[in-house]
Amino acid sequence: MKENKKTYWKGLEQLTNDSEFVKNAEREFPDYLPVNGSEEGSSRRDFLKLMGFSLAAASLAACEAPVRKAIPYVNKPVDVNPSIPNYYASTFASGGDYASIVVKTREGRPIKIDGNELSPINKGGISAIVEASVLSLYDKQRLAGPHVNGQKSDWATLDGAVKSKLPTAGVVKIVSNTILSPSTEKALQQFATFYGNAEVITYDPVSNYGITKAAESTYGQAILPTYDFSKANVIVSFGADFLGTWISPTEFAKQYAQGRKISKAKPAMSRHFQFESNLSLTGANADYRTPIRPSQSGLAVLSLYNAIAKAKGGLTVSAPAVEVAYLDQAAKELLANEGKSIVVSGSNDPNVQVVINAINDLLGNNGVSVDFSKPSNFRKGNDARMNQFVSELKSGTIGGVIFYNCNPVYDHPRGSEIAEGIAKAKFSLATNGTLDETASLVQYVAPDHHFLESWNDFNPRKGEFSLAQPTISPLFDTRQAQESFLKWAGVETSFYDFLQANWNASLIGTQTAVTSAQEFWDRSLFNGVYSIPSESAAIVGNSDVASAAAAISKSYKADNAGTELAVYTKVGIGNGTFANNPWLQEMSDPISKVTWDNYLTVSQKWANENGLKMVEGATRKAKVTVGGKSLIVPVLVQPGQAYGTVGLALGYGRSKAGRVANGLGVNAYDLLNSANGFVNYDVTDGVSVELTSDVYKIAQTQTHQTYMGREFVIQEATLGEYKENASAGRYHPKIYKEGEFVKPSKISLWSGHKYSQHHWGLAIDMNSCIGCGACTVACQVENNVAIVGKQEVLNRREMAWIRIDRYYSSPKEATTNKELEQAAENPEVTFQPMMCQHCNNAPCETVCPVAATTHSSEGLNQMTYNRCIGTRYCANNCPYKVRRFNWFKYHDNKDFAAVNIAQNDDMGKMVLNPDVTVRARGVIEKCSMCVQRIQAGKLTAKREGRKVQDGEIKMACQTACPTEAIVFGDMNDPASKITQLLQIKEDTTSALKEVNEERAYHVLEEVNVSPNVWYFTKIRNKEKSEA
Amino acid sequence: MQVTSSVREPLITGGKTLKDVTQDISRHVETKPNMQWLLAFLVSVGALGLGFVALAATLWEGIGMWGLNKTVGWAWDITNFVWWVGIGHAGTLISAVLLLFRQKWRMAINRAAEAMTIFAVICAAMFPVIHMGRPWLGAYWALPLPNTFGSLWVNFNSPLLWDVFAISTYFSVSLVFWYIGLIPDFATIRDRATGIRKTIYGALSFGWDGAAKTWSRYESVALILAGLATPLVLSVHTIVSFDFATSVIPGWHTTIFPPYFVAGAIFSGFAMVLTLMIVTRKVYKLEDYITIGHIELMNIVIIITGSIVGIAYITEFFIAWYSGVAAEQYAFINRMFGPYWWAYWSMMTCNVISPQLFWFKKIRTSIVATFLLSLVVNIGMWFERFVIIVTSLHRDYLPSSWVMFYPTWADVGVYFFTFGLFFTLFFLFAKFFPVINMAEVKSIVKSSSEKVTK
Repeated sequence: MKENKKTYWKGLEQLTNDSEFVKNAEREFPDYLPVNGSEEGSSRRDFLKLMGFSLAAASLAACEAPVRKAIPYVNKPVDVNPSIPNYYASTFASGGDYASIVVKTREGRPIKIDGNELSPINKGGISAIVEASVLSLYDKQRLAGPHVNGQKSDWATLDGAVKSKLPTAGVVKIVSNTILSPSTEKALQQFATFYGNAEVITYDPVSNYGITKAAESTYGQAILPTYDFSKANVIVSFGADFLGTWISPTEFAKQYAQGRKISKAKPAMSRHFQFESNLSLTGANADYRTPIRPSQSGLAVLSLYNAIAKAKGGLTVSAPAVEVAYLDQAAKELLANEGKSIVVSGSNDPNVQVVINAINDLLGNNGVSVDFSKPSNFRKGNDARMNQFVSELKSGTIGGVIFYNCNPVYDHPRGSEIAEGIAKAKFSLATNGTLDETASLVQYVAPDHHFLESWNDFNPRKGEFSLAQPTISPLFDTRQAQESFLKWAGVETSFYDFLQANWNASLIGTQTAVTSAQEFWDRSLFNGVYSIPSESAAIVGNSDVASAAAAISKSYKADNAGTELAVYTKVGIGNGTFANNPWLQEMSDPISKVTWDNYLTVSQKWANENGLKMVEGATRKAKVTVGGKSLIVPVLVQPGQAYGTVGLALGYGRSKAGRVANGLGVNAYDLLNSANGFVNYDVTDGVSVELTSDVYKIAQTQTHQTYMGREFVIQEATLGEYKENASAGRYHPKIYKEGEFVKPSKISLWSGHKYSQHHWGLAIDMNSCIGCGACTVACQVENNVAIVGKQEVLNRREMAWIRIDRYYSSPKEATTNKELEQAAENPEVTFQPMMCQHCNNAPCETVCPVAATTHSSEGLNQMTYNRCIGTRYCANNCPYKVRRFNWFKYHDNKDFAAVNIAQNDDMGKMVLNPDVTVRARGVIEKCSMCVQRIQAGKLTAKREGRKVQDGEIKMACQTACPTEAIVFGDMNDPASKITQLLQIKEDTTSALKEVNEERAYHVLEEVNVSPNVWYFTKIRNKEKSEA
Repeated sequence: MQVTSSVREPLITGGKTLKDVTQDISRHVETKPNMQWLLAFLVSVGALGLGFVALAATLWEGIGMWGLNKTVGWAWDITNFVWWVGIGHAGTLISAVLLLFRQKWRMAINRAAEAMTIFAVICAAMFPVIHMGRPWLGAYWALPLPNTFGSLWVNFNSPLLWDVFAISTYFSVSLVFWYIGLIPDFATIRDRATGIRKTIYGALSFGWDGAAKTWSRYESVALILAGLATPLVLSVHTIVSFDFATSVIPGWHTTIFPPYFVAGAIFSGFAMVLTLMIVTRKVYKLEDYITIGHIELMNIVIIITGSIVGIAYITEFFIAWYSGVAAEQYAFINRMFGPYWWAYWSMMTCNVISPQLFWFKKIRTSIVATFLLSLVVNIGMWFERFVIIVTSLHRDYLPSSWVMFYPTWADVGVYFFTFGLFFTLFFLFAKFFPVINMAEVKSIVKSSSEKVTK
């Protein structure tokens, strides 16, 4: 481009080089600008400028966001991608309670625990306790470092003290709960050897010593057998709560459910007899349940033995006669199902268990449903040895005592004696993670990692192994106990190396698929589990029934007149180890629906005799006295409780568990005794119960017990009826319209939705649901559901998105409303999981003034929290009452800080699921059908350029369910499991699906809100005439 | 000027002249407040202040301060709302409907009744706002305002939204109607006043000049507004009843609700007018303006509406039985014999049985009996709403969710607050506004030369 030579003048002044122009030529503005005010002071413009500046500055300062410490990675760790979860196989074990798990981590934080589907034991099932254990990782009450004499210390000091003091302490004993880990046992052994053959004493807070002791006498080995309830057509249980709390409930529930699932193709199910004192979760699921006194239980077992022995030509024994309903029928059916039945007892009395062994032997169940050739290691505690140890400790003959992750001061019947004895030992140490009842009494506390921070291996059963791996680096200055033991034994290898070497050395030779040790390790770690297959075999035993019977006849009575106490464990709290977990405390008990408390369960008859009536959880306290020890405890009227008995749960009355559990309930361990060489959970003598005038309110999430005969809520039938007619028990409401009666769905104001892509739905089998409540905790964890504390539960404001409605049957003769409100003396129990029904004609959607709850194009009822203004109209208009309102600000609020740890405490918040909003005060929330999971599944499918596959997206409740009672899926997908289950034949995108499965029904069908959740009728395996 | 037969009983007694009317009514505005007024006013402001503690606690902490729970999402809040709205019905009914029907007796009471309407609607309108979880957003999100949230719009299907329109329309029309009526009276006071009062009442009277043309326009506007307000009297409570009637909850889902609610509203509104008027006429010595004749006529309205309400209660029961729907039947049996039986029977006694006493002339012309029964009716009508809302919700379809509702101090306190607000406003009105429509009353004063001595 040619250079432009032309000159442009700004004006004539420039051309003439006017002096005025030259003077101002460098200035941008020719006129003077009063930047710093005029000579007479500030001008109006200055004032405006200053004001503008100050306003802007003030508003900018006000707008500044508070500083949040989110620091980006300088070097991104491999495998950590923001917003992408990682899953690690690991293992949960607390004493002998075991589950193989998969831990979900987000940005390095474990946030959710699911069952490991590869595990042959829990097969992907999980219990509420395991589900909730992730929160205990972030418990600020965990010890942040070693303690010496109650003072904070450091590891060097502690190690020095152990090494210098322990060798001179004298006799050293190590106390532990059941250890499932071979490497831990090996490490302990090395430690024990180093310190003069220190003995490891094992006890279990909830002991099954009776079974192992009996196995020793019958089969020569002190072991627990492997039970398989799926192989039994007839199940007889004497007080064993195998679905709720007994030994390995998740595993048993999985097996049990196999026998309870029915369809037209398989119209058969197992028959379950339960003889028990308290109404347990297992008893609630039984087809025939007989309430018996604990003092009769031994005799009932003997009577069953005699009936079977007589029929089989075996040796019968003489025993006092006892009248127990359905016992004869149980005997008859057991005999008809030899080798296909199972008899178990929850008694810890070895004599009773000897008779149980004999019964199973006679029935040919040995090696089939009760397999002693595959010993389970869940309970190794030796009550007798522990008893002896307590006496030794008390007498001061023990110089050094080490508590390996156990809390006998709290959870042993002689806890107070142990507390005294600890002071007498020269050296005392605990590896407990918190300063609990035991750890607070010892000189040295060497806190162990949380299990999610630890390496470990497990051998829960012969031939079954699993690994635990850390999913987060230790949060506190803790050290893995095994590593401590090795260190104190002078071994300087890390426990990880020790474990790996041990694992490879003992197991690599048992398989041929992999030869490289590293590959074997990696594969095992990836799967989390490793099995050595083996065949089951019947082990020949020799039960000394005669002497067992003699002992039973002596210690049990058919006609005890006094009150008896049956001590039990609750599904959520168990033995009390995890009591400091608010998720578990607020989980409502499957049977009593009580949160935050233990209580004395009494029969309705007793309550009537004593003029006690519970209204909305309001009750009175009673004084329970057992052999000189008294506890004041609130009373709960429990239908199904055997008359003359009372029940009390373990796991409460913690004094040093932490601020959540301290002071809740009473400690029932105090009432137990181990005088007969075993911890007896049945107190049949010297129990007195005295009702006081103290009133008390028990926080229940459900206070109305029966379903009032409402067929539109619960539809049930017996197996006999079902075999004749698959629609048995179904209620078909019809509405009159233009001369004929039509299905409610034929009448609608709405034109109906069309779901052209997916149509999500749920199918819930009430026959499979055992009511365990694992789903409720899973939902709590997955969806950041707030914990509101006891007072708010009393105010009936728990936030649970999924609840399990537990209904008792009314007395048979009940007809009036008043009668229907009462539960029967020994009721049938029905569980109904209830969550948002995602109605196609949703009554909540029409009433929201701001359209905060709307329908998705995939059939979901959605809740838009930030649009919600909180009129609660939707909650009122919800016929299922599943909508929850945020009555207060539950997060970052000191009023709820003590209970709602996951939303208040800076560490507790690490457990929150980042995919789910923490709800603000004043908005409604409810089940979203885990929309975040649906979204994640769809995105994965989209990224991979394919359709969503059935089973790929699972709801949190579904994943947790040990009995697969909840099935989620796409009802538009003809191949999906839900479509098959519901037998949706036609291929339609309409919201209204023609469901051909006879058992499937909508709760409240006549309201025609057209839910996307279907329930399957409850079928009981009872004689038809008994329905 | 009204021409009436001399045999007809006069509506205004005591032989009042036009000057007397002006004097009797303006006097209260012009003189210093008396002791009685001051005491009453202080008590009202005290209640307002005390109640404010409960209101502030609710707004600060959350709705959890109330006794509501997962099953009973509304209780005192909406009970109070419906109750106040109901009370707010009488004023417009008296001034609009009776104007159209040319019922001259209304003239002595319509001013105060309308004021009561407006204050009651203010109290009522407070509840839909404060019962929200997030009133700071809900207060304007519930309005169909253009916004920058994208296609976000209110849900026109929701009866709560209809409420917003119904209440705000009713409030605006009532307010305008009331104010228009006040203008000539303000002008009267202005003309008698001096100094700052003259300025204030001058401004309030919008430059009223009393010209024939002005009067003519005034009459036309009053007639037009009366025509507009009349359907509103019926529509407001009809729409309020839709909150319940369109739902699926047994006990709410009832087609009878609109007429039943309207009758109930008039019933309670008249009762409240009576309560207030009996006190006002006594304190202000207006016995010649608000006569026993007024009270008797209003009591007759109360018998009629009370009986309509009673029939509605019985019809509900019949329909519940006739429907054959188990949940519906249970809901009604539960009302009678369930845990809230006392609320139900209080309602029945107060609303259906006790107004029947007005069949006796002695009772309906007795000031004391009328006053007591008017209180009873208002208590009964509060229970009616409580029964409908709480006993239907607390035991609906799934027995697992059945609960009890217990009010907290904050529930009571907020209700107390509305009383404080209502009476504070009413006493301010009674002091600074002419409590009787002077201009209209003058039109019915007997103007013959003979002295009316009755």
